[in-house]
Amino acid sequence: MDPFLLEALLNGILLGGVFALPVLGCNLVFGVVDVVWLCYAELVMVGMYGVWFLHTQQGWPLYLAFAAALPLVSALGVLLHLLVVRPLLGAPPINQLLATGGVLFLLQGGAMLVFGTDFRSLGVELPPMEWQDVFISGTKLAAFCAALVGAGALWAFLKFTYVGIAIRAIARDREVMPLMGVDPRRVYVVASAVGGALAGLAACLLVVQLDVHPFIGLSFGPITFMICVMGGLGNMLGGFLAAFLMGVIVSTGSFWWNTEMSYVIAFGFFIVVIFARPRGLFAR
Amino acid sequence: MIPAVVAIVAVLAVVPLLGTPDYFLHLGITSMLMAVSGTGWAMMGRFGLVSLGHGAFIGTAAYVMALLWNEAGLTPWLGLPIGVGAAMLLAALLGYPCFRLRVVGHYFALVTLAAGEIVRLLIVALREHTGGSLGMTPRLAPDAPFLAMQFSKTGFWWMALLVWVFGLAVWWMLDRSMSSKALAAINEDQDAAASIGIQVTSEKLRVTIISAGIAALGGALGAQYRLYLNPESLAGIGISLQIVFGAIAGGMYSMLGPSVGAVFTIALEEVLRVGFGTAFIGAAPFVYGVLLVLFILFLPRGIVGFFAKRR
Repeated sequence: MDPFLLEALLNGILLGGVFALPVLGCNLVFGVVDVVWLCYAELVMVGMYGVWFLHTQQGWPLYLAFAAALPLVSALGVLLHLLVVRPLLGAPPINQLLATGGVLFLLQGGAMLVFGTDFRSLGVELPPMEWQDVFISGTKLAAFCAALVGAGALWAFLKFTYVGIAIRAIARDREVMPLMGVDPRRVYVVASAVGGALAGLAACLLVVQLDVHPFIGLSFGPITFMICVMGGLGNMLGGFLAAFLMGVIVSTGSFWWNTEMSYVIAFGFFIVVIFARPRGLFAR
Repeated sequence: MIPAVVAIVAVLAVVPLLGTPDYFLHLGITSMLMAVSGTGWAMMGRFGLVSLGHGAFIGTAAYVMALLWNEAGLTPWLGLPIGVGAAMLLAALLGYPCFRLRVVGHYFALVTLAAGEIVRLLIVALREHTGGSLGMTPRLAPDAPFLAMQFSKTGFWWMALLVWVFGLAVWWMLDRSMSSKALAAINEDQDAAASIGIQVTSEKLRVTIISAGIAALGGALGAQYRLYLNPESLAGIGISLQIVFGAIAGGMYSMLGPSVGAVFTIALEEVLRVGFGTAFIGAAPFVYGVLLVLFILFLPRGIVGFFAKRR
């Protein structure tokens, strides 16, 4: 096999791991609260700026900056839920979508006001690894492993903790759960906090690979939502698998053509999938 | 509503003759053209068909028009209708499978979002012709300004006014047609609407194509006015959400709502730009965002809807 194609395939899988976290977070919030956070990628951006600011400006060690980003974005997720989403829970779903779109502008503008439009780089790079002429970036590999650990932790949380089981139950049946003594409003807040924390984790993994700037959310926000929809909105496993599929499509697409065309192909593939399976690739 | 519109149009028609400064003419032209796009969007938005990809239609129309002029020398007088036609064709190609396969709500919004991004990325990818992210300029023709549709601000003012009136007229006719009732019924309950004989797919498809055409007309004419095309400002998620913001702020359920919203948005942008200068470059989107959230929370029917209810 062509080592470059192999490299593109491997990079695609690594990219999928990075897509997977925001997809899981978005899916969790949608599955539980039934609202798409259109500003999800901007939450990730705030986390990236947080890590950058704490590490390069305040001189915190990187692991402490990472540890701070998670609760920061998680708190932002809770705030978003309490201030914007909760008052709109009874409104038409489209209003909720558009209100979070307003938050997208707010966060973008806020980032511009605070940090300016410069590209900010963390300047951390792990040495690349080589195996039979195939080069893999060490940073990407580390981020991939961390994404898998994050996804595993989420799975364990949903599977084994009381709150996690309540979250899954609410996602399954919104009407019956309150009768079982679960307060859905509290579960919504917890789901928003976990969704925010996943955005924070994604921010840590992205900030070591990409320079952060106020519009970075637009570069991976749309594809995140498309992956969610492709896997079936609210379907965690579907979204997780679709993230890798999309990663491989983008990566091999840019191997054969160029970056823009690879995204065109990925988005075109998304539209075809929606027409073929309107409830997602892995819908039952 | 009609006498009010006639009075506004009469006043607007004489504004350029009164020696109005170019700056205000510029704001008026951009407001009117943005109002056209917002009115187009609201034609379907008010029936729950929320598109987050109207940038796809604007970008298609603007680039088809500009490329025909630059590469084939075809006058924008023909290029604009061809571009708008291309946008409507795109709307049909996208809308038919969506409505046929019942892609609704969030799914529809995200499919249209993908379409907007595809058009933006295609424009960037075809950089040999379109100039990619750097944008492109229609070839200047100082010796034949009419043929090239490159008028003074006064000329464009009347043109924008004409297109704006056209957009409102389409809204008015649509509002009085059976289609509007059918779409309202579909929005309430698609299955019930289908059961009383409403052709759900074709009703939705028709309004989508009209909406895309009107939005594309306003957007492409705006590009022709500015004589500059850029994929970020004509296609993709940014412009798509801006159109939506204008329509929501003004009120998407009344004829003049999106126009009021467009004036409001552009006035806001100018006040922030002049007031803060470039020192606070993010102030405009920040305030936009805050206002959009506040509007949806407290004034879901927009400025016009709020006052209409009071009366």
